[in-house]
Amino acid sequence: MDVALSVRGLRAYYLTSHFGVEREVRAVDDITLSVEKKEIYGIAGESSCGKSTFIRTIAAAIRPPLRVLGGSIRYSFLDRDLYDLDERALTDMRWKHLSCILQGSMNVLNPVRRVRESFKDFASPHMGLARSEFLEAVKAHLKRLRLSPTVLSAFPHELSGGMRQRVAIALATVCRPEFIIADEPTTALDVVVQKDVLALILEMQREIGSSMIFVTHDLTVHANISNRLGIMYAGRLVEEGSTRDILRDPMHPYTRHLIASLPRIGDVTPKKGLSGAPPSLADPPSGCRFHPRCPLAMDICRQAHPELTALAPGRRVACYAISPLVQPAHDAAAAHQATKADKSAAFLQ
Amino acid sequence: MGGLLGRTRFAAIDDVSFSLEAARPEIFAIIGESGSGKTTLARMILNTLAPSKGIIRFLGEDISRFRGRREQLQFMRKVQPIFQNPFEAFNPLKRVDRYLFASAYHFAEHHGRAGREAAADEALKKVGLSLAEVKGRFPHELSGGQLQRAAIARALISSPALIVADEPVSMVDASLRMSIVNLFKTLRDELRVSIIYITHDLATAYYISDRVLIMQKGKVVETGPARHVLSNPQHPYTVLLRESILSPDDVDKPHLAGAA
Repeated sequence: MDVALSVRGLRAYYLTSHFGVEREVRAVDDITLSVEKKEIYGIAGESSCGKSTFIRTIAAAIRPPLRVLGGSIRYSFLDRDLYDLDERALTDMRWKHLSCILQGSMNVLNPVRRVRESFKDFASPHMGLARSEFLEAVKAHLKRLRLSPTVLSAFPHELSGGMRQRVAIALATVCRPEFIIADEPTTALDVVVQKDVLALILEMQREIGSSMIFVTHDLTVHANISNRLGIMYAGRLVEEGSTRDILRDPMHPYTRHLIASLPRIGDVTPKKGLSGAPPSLADPPSGCRFHPRCPLAMDICRQAHPELTALAPGRRVACYAISPLVQPAHDAAAAHQATKADKSAAFLQ
Repeated sequence: MGGLLGRTRFAAIDDVSFSLEAARPEIFAIIGESGSGKTTLARMILNTLAPSKGIIRFLGEDISRFRGRREQLQFMRKVQPIFQNPFEAFNPLKRVDRYLFASAYHFAEHHGRAGREAAADEALKKVGLSLAEVKGRFPHELSGGQLQRAAIARALISSPALIVADEPVSMVDASLRMSIVNLFKTLRDELRVSIIYITHDLATAYYISDRVLIMQKGKVVETGPARHVLSNPQHPYTVLLRESILSPDDVDKPHLAGAA
């Protein structure tokens, strides 16, 4: 059991102070998880659950007012915590050992430069090849992704959404990184293109042997791509298990609801929506953050948030109603006073 | 399209025909991917875009022949839109209740404050909200799901016969999606409103639609009763769409890689 990434007790908040008003948005609040080598670990959650903040934190792509306040992030290819690296070491690592495939590939591709320049900027420094060899290697790689080499001379807007996303995948995989982070890579794409792009991501991941964290709110995508799944709600992980276990036998009431409400072709049984809305992370509910919308809420749920507890090997749930083994998190009281161990201070100019 | 130096004409919509009956409210889904022409079609039905050829008739009247604001307003009372992104549909600097009051004024002719507030409250209650929750609030103070429901409430104030909903739930969270989709059913069954549901999501279309129309590159490729077409697609494009849908049941099948 080889671990590619180990995250322990991660806490990252947006801290703002304007006009005398202090605000603390607890976007990532005490997350602990491990990703094994060569596995795809899926993270599912809805808008404002903190998953994008989590991605930014593990990619070391944070900026004030987002600050990492506690916890550790250890990648297998680094000999120290991610936040103990200096800027130079981080640049060395990006694209070569750790890369990202993001939603809306425009985020990665410079709109006013041809595609080839993005490859030169990001990948060339890591591959250490002469210019012509480098371009040949890139063209061969593009071919694997069923892209014509002419794509290199194009501007991003000249390519369709699906093609741009495949270019983004090419960029993220050309240096054969150990770890790839994907954040909603197929959400904006048409249904037919989506299937194609997902198949490509999977093919690339298998060929290179990378480990992945794949973030999307879409559970049907997870069914097709993720080995294991972590469900995020309001900044916390509420359930974790193999994708099959979670989809076939969900335990946490939130997960159960998400899965029960999925429409399927061939199924006309009435589905229900969940009342209320995902909570504001600036002022989350006390105790378990799901309790205002939970059909099983009890007194203890309002008082202290439950620890994400292993109920079986590889299966963790944070819900008192599911098992008496689940106890209040031991740092539930301390969590309220966010520690001032501001780990991101090293990055701020 | 094109600018000063080059101009290309292509048919965004080519030979599309269908009709809905007033006496039988239904949910009519128009399914297509980007570039299929579905949004162009929506704009033409709402009379914000004129067809190059062909006629759109509402209650027997050709909608391109309205004379004057009055006739246009009559039409707008009866045919109302809901758009994909409620945060784009609402001006971020304008309080949400003002939209409801404006609709009450223009379309339901409530000229007094009390009348407008009552109309707004009544419409909001139909979508599971209330004026008290929404009053005085700006769009960013509501969640995506609440804002979209407010948009639907606004559309209901004039007691429309038809609502044209363009991707109404694609930006709404999964846990809230079903409550809006179920709301459409209620609108059809209890308020007798027909809904043209434009979407690329076959699963929700299957769940609530009575009939579907599948579009590809501006043309209709298949149409018919929803369950029938989506369970037994005939046209190759519909078959392709159907096969491309991902399902939670895929977890038991061999993974994607290795698929064509």
